[in-house]
Amino acid sequence: MNRVPLEQKVLNENDRIAAELRARFQEHGILCLNFISSPGSGKTSLLERTLETLPRHDRVAVLTGDIQTENDANRLKRFHFPVKQITTGGTCHLDARMIERHLADWNLEDLDLLLIENVGNLVCPSSYDLGEAAKVVVLSVTEGEDKPLKYPSIFFKSDLLVLSKIDLLPYVPFDIEAAAENARKVNPGMEIVKVSCLTGHGMHEWMMWLGERRRAHKPLVQQTAS
Amino acid sequence: MGIANSVLDAVRTEMTRYPGSYPCKVGVRIGEMAAIDQDALRFCFEAMVLETDLASLELGIEVCPRRHRCQVCAREFVVRDYDSRCPQCASLETACISGDELELAYLEVEEYEPGTVGAKSS
Repeated sequence: MNRVPLEQKVLNENDRIAAELRARFQEHGILCLNFISSPGSGKTSLLERTLETLPRHDRVAVLTGDIQTENDANRLKRFHFPVKQITTGGTCHLDARMIERHLADWNLEDLDLLLIENVGNLVCPSSYDLGEAAKVVVLSVTEGEDKPLKYPSIFFKSDLLVLSKIDLLPYVPFDIEAAAENARKVNPGMEIVKVSCLTGHGMHEWMMWLGERRRAHKPLVQQTAS
Repeated sequence: MGIANSVLDAVRTEMTRYPGSYPCKVGVRIGEMAAIDQDALRFCFEAMVLETDLASLELGIEVCPRRHRCQVCAREFVVRDYDSRCPQCASLETACISGDELELAYLEVEEYEPGTVGAKSS
């Protein structure tokens, strides 16, 4: 019997493609965000509101993942930005190769911001790097405030927590401070915004975060390019 | 399932370096923050090797705890119950140094008995 050390990542191939994508995004000055949540937490609604708010000429594109149907892409196409649906046909997460394939006929020089809506799932998407600059996790107030503790990985790996559907707070026994505290237990540096896509509450804070990220991303790219 | 598949792909790739041997066990290191359910991984792994050339391959799982290093006193410690406070100086300025691993650690290979390689069953 001979034991040989392997010392490599299990998702080596995915990580390799993700690193290539990240380098391409850097080269073209694109901020890429990966949105992850349970099904029905409001990722698509948040993106609808976001696209609605952004200026018409903004250089934004969206990739949206689901197991079946073009429904989300159809919802998001109304805003006249480039949108592509990725149907995984059963796979519960997006992987870097799917992103690479669906970007193939877009000219990255035309983009500054790429929003990727992952398949609704709090577990597997957290393992697959898509080359994004940051993960954004969405948690709605109709879920449990202990979700960050039950599914720590995605909260651990995300830069921003969007607490969604806050218009429902008067009707549900959701302790929003406990949810924020739980998220910060898992990830002390977690930034948090509270939004309602229905009333528009908190959208300003979310758009501020996005704007700041876009600004912070730009000089970094120029620095590395020079 | 995707993770199990990636493990088996890596084993097959690695085995091309050991002609005349077969793999007995593959060791995987999983951090407690990696969002990998051990039972689910084992179930998928066993289903995928069934009735293949890797049917006898065993899966070894080593779970790695979340570890932090204190930014103030440099103490390294295991984080339990999400309490990331330094046990030595009580600082909250601690940074995660491990716990989200999803790595292949080792492969155990055995040489075929002489005469069995390529031998045809009668």
